[in-house]
Amino acid sequence: MSNSQLLFKADNVSKLFTIGTWLDRTEIAAVNNVSLSCSIEKPEIITVAGESGSGKTTLARLLLRMLEPSSGTIYFRDRDIHQQRGWESQMQFMSEVQPVFQNPFETFSPLKRVEDYLRETVINFRKAKKKPDVDNKMDESLRSVGLSLEEVRGRYPHQLSGGQLQRISVARALIPNPSLLIADEPVSMVDASLRMSIVNLFQDLKKEYDVTIVYITHDLATAYYISDRIAIMLRGSVVESGDVDKVLGSPLHPYSKLLRESVPLPTKDPNWTKKIELSVTEAKEYSKKGCKFTSRCPKVMDRCWAVEPPDYDTDGRLVRCYLYDDKPNDPSKTA
Amino acid sequence: MALKIENLRAYYRSSEAGVATVVRAVDGVNLTIKENEIFGIAGESSCGKTTLIRTLSGTIKPPLEIVGGRVVYDIKEKEVDLFSLRSSEMRALRWKHVAYILQGSMSVLNPVRRVIKTFEDFTEAHERITDRKAFREKVNKHVLDLGLPIDVVTAYPHQLSGGMRQRVAIALATIFKPPVILADEPTTALDVVVQRGVLQLLKDIQRETGNTVVLVTHDMAVHANVADRVGIMYAGRIVEVGAVEDIFQRARHPYTQHLISSLPTIGDRTPRSALPGAPPSLANPPEGCRFHPRCEHAMDVCRREVPPMLEEENGHQTACFWANREAVS
Amino acid sequence: MRSFFGILKDLLSRDGRFRFAFIALSALILFSLASYWSPHSPRFSFVVPPNMRPNLDYWFGTNSRGQDLFWMMTFATRNSLAFGLMTAALSRVISIFVGLTSGYKGGLYDRVLMAINDSFIVLPVLPILILLNFILRGQMNLFTLSLTMAFFGWAFDARLMRSQVLSLKEREFTNNAIFSGMKMHKITLKEHLPFVMPIVFSTWINNMMWAMGMEVTLSVLGLSNINIATIGTTIYWANQHQALISGVWWWLGAPVAISVLLFLSMYLTVISLNQHLDPRTRLQRIREATTDGT
Repeated sequence: MSNSQLLFKADNVSKLFTIGTWLDRTEIAAVNNVSLSCSIEKPEIITVAGESGSGKTTLARLLLRMLEPSSGTIYFRDRDIHQQRGWESQMQFMSEVQPVFQNPFETFSPLKRVEDYLRETVINFRKAKKKPDVDNKMDESLRSVGLSLEEVRGRYPHQLSGGQLQRISVARALIPNPSLLIADEPVSMVDASLRMSIVNLFQDLKKEYDVTIVYITHDLATAYYISDRIAIMLRGSVVESGDVDKVLGSPLHPYSKLLRESVPLPTKDPNWTKKIELSVTEAKEYSKKGCKFTSRCPKVMDRCWAVEPPDYDTDGRLVRCYLYDDKPNDPSKTA
Repeated sequence: MALKIENLRAYYRSSEAGVATVVRAVDGVNLTIKENEIFGIAGESSCGKTTLIRTLSGTIKPPLEIVGGRVVYDIKEKEVDLFSLRSSEMRALRWKHVAYILQGSMSVLNPVRRVIKTFEDFTEAHERITDRKAFREKVNKHVLDLGLPIDVVTAYPHQLSGGMRQRVAIALATIFKPPVILADEPTTALDVVVQRGVLQLLKDIQRETGNTVVLVTHDMAVHANVADRVGIMYAGRIVEVGAVEDIFQRARHPYTQHLISSLPTIGDRTPRSALPGAPPSLANPPEGCRFHPRCEHAMDVCRREVPPMLEEENGHQTACFWANREAVS
Repeated sequence: MRSFFGILKDLLSRDGRFRFAFIALSALILFSLASYWSPHSPRFSFVVPPNMRPNLDYWFGTNSRGQDLFWMMTFATRNSLAFGLMTAALSRVISIFVGLTSGYKGGLYDRVLMAINDSFIVLPVLPILILLNFILRGQMNLFTLSLTMAFFGWAFDARLMRSQVLSLKEREFTNNAIFSGMKMHKITLKEHLPFVMPIVFSTWINNMMWAMGMEVTLSVLGLSNINIATIGTTIYWANQHQALISGVWWWLGAPVAISVLLFLSMYLTVISLNQHLDPRTRLQRIREATTDGT
């Protein structure tokens, strides 16, 4: 598919961070050669799943133009988003790509009324000018998330529940009519009894407003529930990506398998209590040269330690594991 | 019986800037926790579950105040009222009888000392170690028994992964094999894979020493896999208690039913819904049953009276007028 | 936001220290305002009999230059207060600007500003002021002195504000404001300044005390315009006439007493305001004010 048919495309994106003092410096790849894209025609919910430290939040910040990649390019509708400069291009970008943040209680300043953020967005993105029009626009966007301006007006963040705040956060993000929402752990801080209202909302948005959503989470159960595609990250690398039914239904990469098994199900699962191997130390996994899962992988081979495997296209998905190398002796593949 | 809670009420009282506020975090809780079981306490954030377990551990500091009720531990066939203990007795209880494991309990490990040193420091805060060699052997044996690699004993905390640190912290808390382990969200900040390892450890300890574990977590799926019995807490009160199978397959309280039916599962895309409204503020909870504003079955009596806890033959208890409508009328 | 009077009422009813400070400061302000009704100009001498002890006619006594110390002190307090307020206001403008923008923008801009900032922190202000005033003696009036003081008095507070902004910048609501299309000046003024206000207020009063203290030092050394009545110049003239040796203790007593009262009440205002404006206690109050009936 050529770039012009893609809504966004992350092309071999890496982000390196330097840690340690000047005496003992190491570079870690928070995001390591990640590629991800979505077509314009068909809005999707794409899950980026991973544990803490898997680089999923860094990826979100790269896609939101809050960080610059160390290498690789991110295109949005054919334009390299990190090549654009200046306020106009920033506004242009933000009218298309909007975030939903993790902690709804932190998304709004505790000293301000929440509607102030909605009003700012309406005015700054020139959706309305006069006060009644601005109010109408605010009300309209709040209604699309199941609230109304009446319920929200004059309220401070602490007067609203986490679920309400998160919906207001989504309402604000919808005001510029974006075509892409990046939601980083949007339900992890929301109470269990309200969580599904946010998850369902994302699904409605995709259907009714044609918004593509990048849903970043550690929770595979909600990921399965709403998404079309999923990318599983481990220490900066996407180890397996593809259709959600395939990846979560029958994971191929040894890490995806372990992850999938470790999600506790609401019914007693005899497999869950099967003994597992845990890493004793953790920092090493980042800086390792080969596959990041080698120290814990039950099927580890010699070549896994040396070079990180490329993405193999197997069974309609991409798997970054030598187990799915159908021509193991072809030197061009391991390069 | 390992531990009995009778009509416990623990409030947070503060008078910031001249206005007194009372947060009724635990408001009339009755529970009996048996020996040799893992008892799970489930509930949403700020339903009082952390306050409950903190009270059980005897960590009661202002603004937290015990307003009423008793917590009775069964120590060597003798009933001991927690709140009647002097502070030295309380410390002894926390050391020998009750272990308390928290979410971030890996921070108990001293970052500049090797793990074994922390074990020694921790013990010497309570009693003298006369035979250092024997003590080290005891620690090694304990760590090996728990299935942890022996290297962790001589490592520095920063050399260990987060999951390993949490498991070392659990090993530390259980070195004297306390009959009761209180665990408050021990795995919440951890990854699912690591969570699995840590909970397996907790379960192993319980199985081997036959002690009692009270496990607080908001994650229902964890309860399904770890607990023997589960208590559901809502807005400062226990609304349902039962064996884990009963809770997950035959939940009776509408809140429990919702908690379970709204859990998404891999392999099942049936639409799940959220409850209307939001959990009430514990500074100003509703009258009667605290769940009634969000309950689809709410009746007049629910708005006026607190529903009593009724028990079925199999020990399944529910505090709900609607669920117990036959029994009551 | 609650009204100024609401906050005042709150503090008065809850905080004994503030009550004392408020009464003392109000009295001092009224006292300084009384200068407008003074029967004598502070510039003329020998308008009243000299060296009178404090009595019913001359409450603070009169000095050796034949001036009524009560009315003299009304002018002195007024000028000293005005000088302090002006210096604090000017230096607050600089420190807010530098602190907020430097913290928010970061990068080269931040490094350059902070290099300048740190140079100002380590400068020995007193010797420089002495030198400046010595050179410019006679041309210095209270306004130019206050400009100079403001120029030297902003740096440390700017650093305080910057560090606050650095942590605010990492909070999610700053990002939310960015994606709401708010420009930098709006974010710093509307999102960050409310959190920085406690620092602004407490450093405001601290800065006033510092400026007024400096003015006294310079005046006692005779390095300010001694024809303007201030607390400092009053002490200067008393020393010039060897008031203590000649037994006219009230000439020194009046400015010392007034400055002690002034500094004490300003200090108490700082502490109680600090507590009141702390975001934590502020949140607590917003909560109280808005939870009625819910």
